[in-house]
Amino acid sequence: MKKSTAAALAASRILASAIALSASMLHADETGFIIVASTTSTQNSGLFDHLLPEFQAATGIEARVVALGTGAALAYGERCDADVVMVHAPALEREFVENGYGLERIALMHNDFVIVGPRNDPAGIRGADSAAGAIAAVGSKRAPFVSRGDRSGTHTKELALWRESGLDPTRGAGAWYVESGSGMGQSLNMARAMDAYILVDRGTWLSFGNRGGLQLLVEGDPALFNPYSVIAIDPEHCPNVRLEQAQAFIDWLVSETGQEAIGRFRVAGQPLFIPHHQQRRAVE
Amino acid sequence: MDEFRQAPAIALELLITLEPELLAIIGLSLTVSLAATLLAALIGLPLGAAVAVYRFPGRSVIAALLNAMMGLPPVVVGLGVYLMLSRAGPLGELGLLFTPEAMVIAQCLLITPLIAALTRQTIADLDRSYREQLQVLNTSQPVMVTTLLRDAWLSLTTAVLAGFGRAVAEVGAVIIVGGNIKGVTRVMTTTIALETSKGNLALAMALGLVLLAIAISINLLAGMLQQAAIRRHA
Repeated sequence: MKKSTAAALAASRILASAIALSASMLHADETGFIIVASTTSTQNSGLFDHLLPEFQAATGIEARVVALGTGAALAYGERCDADVVMVHAPALEREFVENGYGLERIALMHNDFVIVGPRNDPAGIRGADSAAGAIAAVGSKRAPFVSRGDRSGTHTKELALWRESGLDPTRGAGAWYVESGSGMGQSLNMARAMDAYILVDRGTWLSFGNRGGLQLLVEGDPALFNPYSVIAIDPEHCPNVRLEQAQAFIDWLVSETGQEAIGRFRVAGQPLFIPHHQQRRAVE
Repeated sequence: MDEFRQAPAIALELLITLEPELLAIIGLSLTVSLAATLLAALIGLPLGAAVAVYRFPGRSVIAALLNAMMGLPPVVVGLGVYLMLSRAGPLGELGLLFTPEAMVIAQCLLITPLIAALTRQTIADLDRSYREQLQVLNTSQPVMVTTLLRDAWLSLTTAVLAGFGRAVAEVGAVIIVGGNIKGVTRVMTTTIALETSKGNLALAMALGLVLLAIAISINLLAGMLQQAAIRRHA
């Protein structure tokens, strides 16, 4: 009996310390953190590791980033599980704001998409001027192509290119057209393993460590423009949202300091994101 | 195949340098999974034993259900917990989403059926050999549950360790309810998933080896404690 009481005592002590420990982890920064639902492209490139310490030093606010595809990030915002979203699919963003989930689309920065593929380039698209033309060549050659298939910003852009090319890739689904249903990095890993073509944002491509035989084949078509926006969640839709801190985050990102910090971020000597708040504000 | 050759050296380097960030990630992995295992054991052991000892209608259905739920995909458990804890969900007010607590809840739900099912089988086997004796002594069912649990503790340790193993190894649930937030909810498995998606395959594999080393240490430790307890009993 004694032994079991001792064991129970020990167990309850471990439990108590485990609860205390996890409670302390939760309440350590209760003062003011926000949840930023963003995309894998910004997370995987290391942009947030570069920006967030500077933002926190300037404002004292901790920004916690949950990286998802654009579609999922917007869905989290709609469910009030984020205070801010940072995404890259203009059409979905406009719909999001029109539906009353977000306050305002704020232009932040851009980079561009590129088409990468196997070195031997069976569809012969290397150096093509038109992205839709290149995609059409891949489709008509029935060369392997990996699609994100996950309603992300990159997937949205890819589908727009297919529409422009006049081809319906889903006819090749399961054969040469492979929908990975995964993030950018996983899809690139698949494309590398399959010697397939794939549409990828330049940031992820430059910071990706498993390129194997994949090469950059098509770039520079204005259709490959990839703008990122930030949107604060509308407090009328989500009363729990930390609007003050979210607004501070957005204000800092579009401030001279924030824009300059974005421009300074480089991987292997190359800038991954080009700040454009001032220029784009007039356009949008 | 380069990754396989590089991974052990990288793993060794990670373990030797043991940077604060990695240490925090390992610490969080262990804290979350140990807390989840402890809670799951507190629920699963008595639950499994009770299903084994008590006679009630629907008992075999519950036993089958527990066995089936051992195979529950972590991502389904994660999704369920996410929908509960989401601000748009019934428990959204608690503000638990994207916290270590949410990860403990998800892992606890994931492994409680496993611990309960293994316990039920162990106790049922024991019950078959002891029932007559205990009935002669006119033992009540609650006393039988505790007696059998105490008698079977050696096998039950394995059930609890199996639960811990499933908890510390899963990624599908914690990545949904924790969000893999750097410095807050990033654990070993979500780090491995992240490095894989960055294309850092050798580093990801090395982190996998580190996780394996931790799991082996914990199981060795548990084995040593078992042996010590057995010697003391003898």
